[in-house]
Amino acid sequence: MKNASLFEPIIEADAPKVRVTFDGHNYKLPQGMSLAAGLLSAGLRSLRKTPVSGAPRGPFCMMGACFDCLVEIDGVTRQACMVEVREGLVASPAGPKEGV
Amino acid sequence: MKKYDLAIIGAGPAGLAAAAEASAAGLTVVMLDEQARSGGQIYRDVERAAPTRGTILGEDYLHGLSLIGATRAERVTYMPRTTVWDITPDGELSYTRDGRADCLQAKRLLIATGALERPMPLPGWTLPGVMTAGAAQILLKQSGLISRRAVLVGSGPLLYLVAVQMVRAGAPPLALLETQGLIVGPARHLPRALMGWRVLAKGMGLLAELRQAGVSRHKRVREISIEGEGQVGKVRFEAKQTMHEISCDTVLLHHGVVPNIQASRALRLEHDWDAGQDCFRPRIDDWGRSSARNIFIAGDGAGIGGAIAAEHAGRLAAFEIARDLGRMVVAERDRRAVPTRRALAKEHVVRPFLDAAFPRYSEALADDTIVCRCEEVTAGEIRRAAALGCTGPNQSKAFNRAGMGPCQGRYCGLTVNRLLAEANGASPEATGYYRLRPPIKPVTLGELAQMKQPDGLEKTA
Ligand SMILES: Cc1cc2nc3c(=O)[nH]c(=O)nc-3n(C[C@H](O)[C@H](O)[C@H](O)COP(=O)(O)OP(=O)(O)OC[C@H]3O[C@@H](n4cnc5c(N)ncnc54)[C@H](O)[C@@H]3O)c2cc1C
Ligand code: FES
Repeated sequence: MKNASLFEPIIEADAPKVRVTFDGHNYKLPQGMSLAAGLLSAGLRSLRKTPVSGAPRGPFCMMGACFDCLVEIDGVTRQACMVEVREGLVASPAGPKEGV
Repeated sequence: MKKYDLAIIGAGPAGLAAAAEASAAGLTVVMLDEQARSGGQIYRDVERAAPTRGTILGEDYLHGLSLIGATRAERVTYMPRTTVWDITPDGELSYTRDGRADCLQAKRLLIATGALERPMPLPGWTLPGVMTAGAAQILLKQSGLISRRAVLVGSGPLLYLVAVQMVRAGAPPLALLETQGLIVGPARHLPRALMGWRVLAKGMGLLAELRQAGVSRHKRVREISIEGEGQVGKVRFEAKQTMHEISCDTVLLHHGVVPNIQASRALRLEHDWDAGQDCFRPRIDDWGRSSARNIFIAGDGAGIGGAIAAEHAGRLAAFEIARDLGRMVVAERDRRAVPTRRALAKEHVVRPFLDAAFPRYSEALADDTIVCRCEEVTAGEIRRAAALGCTGPNQSKAFNRAGMGPCQGRYCGLTVNRLLAEANGASPEATGYYRLRPPIKPVTLGELAQMKQPDGLEKTA
């Protein structure tokens, strides 16, 4: 069940895929998607843990307003719903890392 | 610094229609939008999605194709992927595009930044898998993605529209949990609303489609809570005096949209409480001019009127801005405004009915429900602040961190206002709102360091 997709494509997408690394795992995500949409389609639900209580958080608004989808790319905190996937993109959950 | 006659923030229906008219009147226009493609929330990605998903998304969506040509119009510089994070009253805009910050100057500004979904705090609404109904629509429009085990919760026409779009996409929602009462209730608005029969007929059509698809609808739902271990597992609610439970992996919330006032607040423009729409809106005249002479606001950002109204409001603002800059004589402006105002009035006529028929979900919030998602501040903490003498959202920052996280109050401001107003027995108007400061969107030091204008740096430092 863990990898059952939360959001599925309505038509089998034949869009070319790009390789993306998130939190150390590799994914092939359809070109043109935002990172948040791509990771949802790959079955991910939570993208990070909150700094206050450590609760898991996933994308909420998909329009750049809620900041729940924060990830880190090249050392900078970004909204995953506002970043398009691209070949070789490396991202990690934003905020405090576990065990650090 | 690049200079333009008019800078438009937002390339939704309001911004697009304004850009087309302003360019036709001979103005130089720059239109900035943080999205990769034009269309705003309603016509999101219409050019790409129309061929493959047009029938699912419907005719109203395809109407957007008639507007997006404005991005390629003469004298229009369209800047996608451009986030505006500061605006000054004298027309200077600071923005980030592709990791670089820059600024530009315009004689007039049009804020067309649209609406946000009204925050809908519920127990469990921060669990991964809970999203806004608009978010599901964005996933469908932009990425062709749909959830197969979703429950829709709330009220309003958009909730039905999203449900129908899911049905057409072959993934009907597991259920629709409707929080409003009987829709025949606000009968006093009905006669006027009937003049907006097209909207109502569309609504009836949507309901018929849901019925045909066999989507189960629970009405007058209360006591909603979302539960799950680390992600959504089920939603519980009361309907007809019985508790129900539905297993699902996605819960989509919606109980209306409210103006996105981040820019107008940061500019310290005048705002009023709109009791009918239960939200703040910037004060504008009937051309869209705000309390600052050079700044105009059009579309849902000035008060919720819907996509067609946004388009017409954008045109009216463009006519007046053209007149103001000497590109259109008064008589011409007024002549053009006549049919536009008539069309706008038609859109507005059905609003009071919709506002009354689909009120926000107003069940009292339990003390342990999170209201500020960013800083995880609960309703109880806001009430405690009130008990200690806190009268308004801005002051509450001294008591807790509500509104101080990255979303800058977008998804808690109205809730905190309401909780404080209730606790203090004060009006929402007297209770007020957060005092917003630029940047209205985060900007990094690295981006700032690349700014061409050193004076821009000084200003924001
Ligand atoms: C998620 C969502 C989905 C909706 N779906 C529908 C629908 O299907 N049908 C319907 O009738 N109505 C829908 N609405 C209602 C919608 O608000 C209006 O119908 C219509 O889109 C309003 O047009 P507008 O031009 O005022 O603003 P919008 O269409 O919202 O356009 C505003 C634009 O401003 C941009 N923007 C905002 N802030 C900034 C900034 N700081 N910098 C740069 N750009 C910025 C945004 O990216 C956006 O593209 C939806 C609303 C939301 C919030
Ligand atoms: S999901 Fe809300 S900002 Fe990305």
